[in-house]
Amino acid sequence: MKVLLDLERCQGHNRCYAIAPEIFDVDDYGMPVLLQDGVVPDGLQDKAALAIANCPEFAITAVEPTDSAEG
Amino acid sequence: MTSIYGPVADWATDFDHAEPEYNANAHEVWKELRGTCPVAHTDRYEGAWLPVTHEHVSQIAYDTEHFTSRSVVVTTYRPLAEAPVGNAPPISSDPPFHRDARRILLPAFSPKAIEPMEKDVRALCRSLLFDMVEAAAANGGIVDAAVQYAQHIPVSVISLMLGFPAEDAELFRGFVHDVVEGVNVGLDQRFAAFQRLGEYIEQQVLEHIENPRDDLTTYLLNAKIGDEPLTVGHVRGSIVLLLIAGIDTTWSAIGSSLLHLATHPDDRSRLVAEPELMPTAIEELLRVYAPVTMARLVKADVEIGGCPMKVDDWVLLPFPAANVDPAAFERADEVLIDRAENRHLAFGLGIHRCLGSNLARLEVRVAVEEFLAAFPDFELAGPEGVTWSVGQIRGPRTLPVRINA
Repeated sequence: MKVLLDLERCQGHNRCYAIAPEIFDVDDYGMPVLLQDGVVPDGLQDKAALAIANCPEFAITAVEPTDSAEG
Repeated sequence: MTSIYGPVADWATDFDHAEPEYNANAHEVWKELRGTCPVAHTDRYEGAWLPVTHEHVSQIAYDTEHFTSRSVVVTTYRPLAEAPVGNAPPISSDPPFHRDARRILLPAFSPKAIEPMEKDVRALCRSLLFDMVEAAAANGGIVDAAVQYAQHIPVSVISLMLGFPAEDAELFRGFVHDVVEGVNVGLDQRFAAFQRLGEYIEQQVLEHIENPRDDLTTYLLNAKIGDEPLTVGHVRGSIVLLLIAGIDTTWSAIGSSLLHLATHPDDRSRLVAEPELMPTAIEELLRVYAPVTMARLVKADVEIGGCPMKVDDWVLLPFPAANVDPAAFERADEVLIDRAENRHLAFGLGIHRCLGSNLARLEVRVAVEEFLAAFPDFELAGPEGVTWSVGQIRGPRTLPVRINA
């Protein structure tokens, strides 16, 4: 599982960083930064799903690794 | 201060968000309007609209083409300050200027800047609670969770951040009352209130120019957009914003959360027993009791929900009403402290997302945690003792609770 950020939609609510800091870091302006290029570490799929489901701006989506260029 | 309008005749055609019965009955008013007239109107304030559905509130929040943020508080006075800067940047600013004005302040309110403040907020809460234990003992177990607790927390935090004297707390609450509650008064009263606020800010700014130090006021005095220092009006406007925006909003969120726990013993005892639920509980309390309704002025004629909105009409953005719209949330009327999926709009949507949301969340969470640690068992001392704020910020202003040993 891999997460993608839409930085046009994101307004820095920081819900993803609060819920899943193993997947999302945050910069000095409070904007999210993907750790591991968004690849979700094993066992953290539920946290990734919660981060997605709590984004007020619908700025996060998930793709399966097989869908992405990194495979 | 007395209203120039008087009691509301009908919520769909004559609403007034600053009449006391609005905030006291907000959930019932929104529910009634959702079923009958989802975009209400009033001729008060020279014309204002009140959309109550999640769909319309988010549509307007995202639409900076037809709506300006030049003024975000619906009052008897439409400010003359020109877009895109407005009177209190960045909340009063429109694109593209908004982005630069906001970027100046974002670092001070980013998660990593706010996290280290937790120990100070906790110490402040504990010190207030220490005094309340004594007060309760002297008063038959009754304390006021709004007056003796909630109202003090954000005032102390923001005076520290701005570098303003902590002993001016009562003065700050007076300014907040004038700006956000004294909205349906005569213009002379409104201008006098703004003059008092302006003179105070001027005095603090001059003091900071003489004695610069590590606080937000000094930071704004030295801030630049590109190579240009901020204008005098920009600096003072941003200070007004920081002083006003975080006080009664956070105070309201803390008060409403404690009111819920005082009246829902199952949620209260579950939260005491399962403190790991605190993160979802706080988000759920913010959803259902969101304190902040924003406003816009119409910039270009537009139709919303079949209603013709004309240039310079006011439009309220009741995020709290959107948050309890069953079209957007399952079991929208219920508080589920373990609600896992919660895309609530308590801090707004779009480019004006509340700048202080990380600080507000920290204050609300720590305030509730510490209150429950000091008083794990408490209940409302009597519903007649609860009074509500008036205007766009909704929360209890008196909240007598009985502490059970």
